[in-house]
Amino acid sequence: MDKRTVFNNRWLPLLLLLPQLAITLVFFYWPASQAVWSSFRIEDAFGTSTEFVGLENYQVLFANPAYYKAMGTTLIFSTAVTVFSLSIALLLAVMADREIKGAGVYRTLLIWPYAVAPAIAGVLWYFMFQPSLGMVARGLRGIGYDWNPLLNGNQAMVLVIVAATWKQISYNFLFFLAGLQAIPKSLIESAAIDGARPARRFWTIVFPLLSPTAFFLLVVNVVYVFFDTFGIIDAVTGGGPAKATTTLVYKVFADGRLGGDLGGSAAQSVILMIIVIALTAVQFRYVERRVNY
Amino acid sequence: MAGVTLKAVRKTYQGGVDAVKGVSFDVPDGAFCVLVGPSGCGKSTLLRMVAGLERITSGDIAIGQRVVNEIEPADRDIAMVFQNYALYPHMNVYDNIAYGLKNRKTPKDEIDRRVRDAAKILAIEPLLDRKPRQLSGGQRQRVAMGRAIVRKPQVFLFDEPLSNLDAKLRVQMRVEIKKLQKTFGVTAIYVTHDQVEAMTMSDILVVMNAGEVEQIGTPTEIYRHPATRFVATFIGSPPMNLVPGTMQADGSVKVGAAHFHLPPHDFLPGRSVELGLRPEDIVIGGADNAFDMKIEFIEELGATQLVYGLLGGAQLIVQVPSGSIGNAGGTLSLGIAADRLHVFDPATGRRAV
Repeated sequence: MDKRTVFNNRWLPLLLLLPQLAITLVFFYWPASQAVWSSFRIEDAFGTSTEFVGLENYQVLFANPAYYKAMGTTLIFSTAVTVFSLSIALLLAVMADREIKGAGVYRTLLIWPYAVAPAIAGVLWYFMFQPSLGMVARGLRGIGYDWNPLLNGNQAMVLVIVAATWKQISYNFLFFLAGLQAIPKSLIESAAIDGARPARRFWTIVFPLLSPTAFFLLVVNVVYVFFDTFGIIDAVTGGGPAKATTTLVYKVFADGRLGGDLGGSAAQSVILMIIVIALTAVQFRYVERRVNY
Repeated sequence: MAGVTLKAVRKTYQGGVDAVKGVSFDVPDGAFCVLVGPSGCGKSTLLRMVAGLERITSGDIAIGQRVVNEIEPADRDIAMVFQNYALYPHMNVYDNIAYGLKNRKTPKDEIDRRVRDAAKILAIEPLLDRKPRQLSGGQRQRVAMGRAIVRKPQVFLFDEPLSNLDAKLRVQMRVEIKKLQKTFGVTAIYVTHDQVEAMTMSDILVVMNAGEVEQIGTPTEIYRHPATRFVATFIGSPPMNLVPGTMQADGSVKVGAAHFHLPPHDFLPGRSVELGLRPEDIVIGGADNAFDMKIEFIEELGATQLVYGLLGGAQLIVQVPSGSIGNAGGTLSLGIAADRLHVFDPATGRRAV
């Protein structure tokens, strides 16, 4: 069926698109082009003059071991958050999809954390695990575990991973639950009659049918950990200790805002932008191929 | 091979809704049993209980000699064809058909042989590599059938398998399903709300209404001697005419000015009854039980005509060969054989004569 609408007036569609286009231009294309432009320039220490330097900012960046360290940190952080938030959300969704008493309440409660702002979530986890005040930290100390994420980089990493995962589970849960509920019940029943036990039903029927959802979430989650975890990291660890939790996006902030190196920071954000564009392109290609299993 | 026995099977949902209110019947080994009834009569629930997809509130279901109340669907040795076919969308036709065998750890070469045999029988060999979404409705139906026959189960269960097909294909598949079932000699239980499917396919017909069995019998028995008013109007198209009448001392039924003489019976005179006349049993100019009807309206069906009129204040439909009557407005002399009359008790709805 042809769903296209034909406008008689050629300016009307443009007029209707204008608000959206204006927002995209002002809030995306303009800052993005500014970033690209500043990445080719160096500002002096007092911010009074800038100078065009070509690719020098990028050369400096790729010569800097700290940048590779941040990349490694990002890799560990993003892998851990994505894997944990996806798998825990899937587990919860499968549980919630069963017909159980109070399922509505249970589902609502699981969705709530998504409504918490990242910085607030970060502060909550910070307080709980703060070595001298935090309840959980005291508990850990109580059982003899030397918990101090302010000094121990690995523990700090665990903490931001937990906080970022906790925040993202709700979102993933929502999509997985919707995906599960979209699978016709008769498929599961048919598989049951066909002799598949629950675990086998899940891996041979449910999971393959969920794979478009899972792949979509994978991309969304990777983008989330690359960018939206800034608030959590800033509130929980501030990128420390000793830059152990400084991810790429946090480094953009730390170098540009705190370090005053606008050019270098802009170069980093341009690289991040390229990574995300690449991820999105991969997603679209893959989804086009796989979505109609 | 095995028959299916239901004993006082009952299903009460949480909240006290009785979907199935104590149903008992036997399906002998190799028979084709059709459960028919209006939507919400409990026929699908009953089928799902036989499949093991719904728990039984009370009663017993046995497949062969084995009571299967607590047995998982997988272990009941049944195959089911669903209304929406329930084909696995991410698997091709071959894998769809092979899935049940793979789950049962059948050797690979045997799976291959059986899948190809089934595909050959159903004429879907060229489709084995396709995904379900690339198939037409009729082809999907065949794949669903293939998935059922490949397992060689004790019992086939069908849940309105033809209702998503267009009318022409439905007639074709109806015949094919029946033939396949006879070829394999497998007991079948088939749920439908379509009374033509019910009549044509069944060896045993179970008419259900509001969670209870109204009548069990061969299609001919049920058509000739409907046990209740519900069965009488549900089976047959156009439905049986029911007109109010009064039992007379001479054993006849008076409807308006007309008298209908019944076969011998012991129903008491003076009682009001409902007289049932099938539209196709009424003949023009018939000598038995002659009566007149004013023609109000005519529907032309091609092979036959439906003539609408009034008898004893109630609407009467008469089915006559096409071209028998030209215009509405005249009066028609009709008659009906005594052994084609049905009498129901208006209070209970049960058959009286």
